[in-house]
Amino acid sequence: MKKDEVPQDLSSLGKITKELCYATDSSGKYVAALSSGWDVKITALDVAWGDIEKRIAGAKQKVLNNEASQLLFFMEYRLMDVGILAGYTGFWKWQVKRHLKPEVFDKLSTRKLEKYAEAFNIKVEDLKSMTIHED
Amino acid sequence: MKTDFEHRQGAHCESGVTSNLLSIASNGKITEPLAFGIGAGLFFAYIPLIKINNGPAIAFRTLPGYIFNRTAKSLGIPVISKKFGSKQKAQAYLDECLEAGNPVGCQVGVYYLPYFPKEYRFHFNAHNLIVYAREGDDYLVSDPIMETTNVMDSYQLERVRFAKGALAPKGHIYYPKQGAIITDDTIKQAIKSGIKKNVYNMLNIPGSFAGISGIRNTGKKIKKWRDKLGIEKSKLYLAQMVRMQEEIGTGGGGFRYIYAAFLQEADTYLPGNQLAEISVLFTQAGDMWRTAAVHAAGIYKGRIGSQDDFNKMGDYLLEIAELEKNAFERLKNIKWQ
Repeated sequence: MKKDEVPQDLSSLGKITKELCYATDSSGKYVAALSSGWDVKITALDVAWGDIEKRIAGAKQKVLNNEASQLLFFMEYRLMDVGILAGYTGFWKWQVKRHLKPEVFDKLSTRKLEKYAEAFNIKVEDLKSMTIHED
Repeated sequence: MKTDFEHRQGAHCESGVTSNLLSIASNGKITEPLAFGIGAGLFFAYIPLIKINNGPAIAFRTLPGYIFNRTAKSLGIPVISKKFGSKQKAQAYLDECLEAGNPVGCQVGVYYLPYFPKEYRFHFNAHNLIVYAREGDDYLVSDPIMETTNVMDSYQLERVRFAKGALAPKGHIYYPKQGAIITDDTIKQAIKSGIKKNVYNMLNIPGSFAGISGIRNTGKKIKKWRDKLGIEKSKLYLAQMVRMQEEIGTGGGGFRYIYAAFLQEADTYLPGNQLAEISVLFTQAGDMWRTAAVHAAGIYKGRIGSQDDFNKMGDYLLEIAELEKNAFERLKNIKWQ
């Protein structure tokens, strides 16, 4: 890639920092150049987030249908799988899977709910009511 | 507590951290491309069994931690590296290092990294940064991919040092022992050994998931994606591949440009070995990866998407495989001058 071809399409990262990349100058020598983003990868990221949004919406519907507990919604929201959530909370994976059932979740102690809330970086009441605050 | 440290931005977190941590010992000679090349950083692997964000795991670089360890070892620098079960001990150890004047590398997860924009936060646990000072409850952080330094409080730092999931960092901390000196002769030897290792990784790893055969195999698979996965999932997979190839921390072109820059610098240490000429091949490879990415974007944007378009996508990778095979064979056959 030549230095004057380094793309400058403003990405959400580009608003915070420019990325360093290596490109060749007119004599073919490699120099460091800064890029504020590239349309091709901005769209790639959009595709990934589009899929995540779909999964979050699907999880929300499952919770409303009483097919899963609020945990499922926040797991999708925080891009976590059972293994990651077990890691953050210290629960076993089988426990997390059990807590995904609405009837089990409804009986969880405050202590356990607090562990989940901390893992998701939210408040216990928001966990129960499936409320999100942008952060 | 302030250590003698200068922040320099890099393209890739681990080679950037390595270069910055070795800056004093090498008197600034170990640039980021040199660290990447000596650490034999270039790679390709496609591991369909491991899923990342519901897509296949595709890597354009070696395993996390490899570049720092290999680079330091090749340069004869003793490394101190620790992981922790306890968060308190991890913080106490970090404080001791800073007190003793050692800036330290830390492996962290990016999901809860406060200065990253939300769109870039995934549960990726092999990010690297340097902590170089503490002020009260705040730690001063040099993240090589950022233009400037950042501040994190002790809770924020603890959270990313103890991120969970695949490749959980467990408070991993590492730094070179002070006092070592890196000579030009050591650098020359390290360059040769780094190239040799990278040749092996790209040409000789058995099986069809890694190296040149991995690229070729992925090219063949892509041609079948449309039928096998359906168009929607194929889009997700292609987008994932482009992100691993181009996203922040790669220097673009799936790390091929940073490797080309390495060979060019290596040529000044070891002239007469055609390293500058071979460097041009890696620039071409990087350009081709980017051309392929533009084509992939056409598919995941929904502008194109016929079987012919998938065939063309696969062919790009087959072509790249041939080009990189040729480039690495030339490196393999060097009779060092």
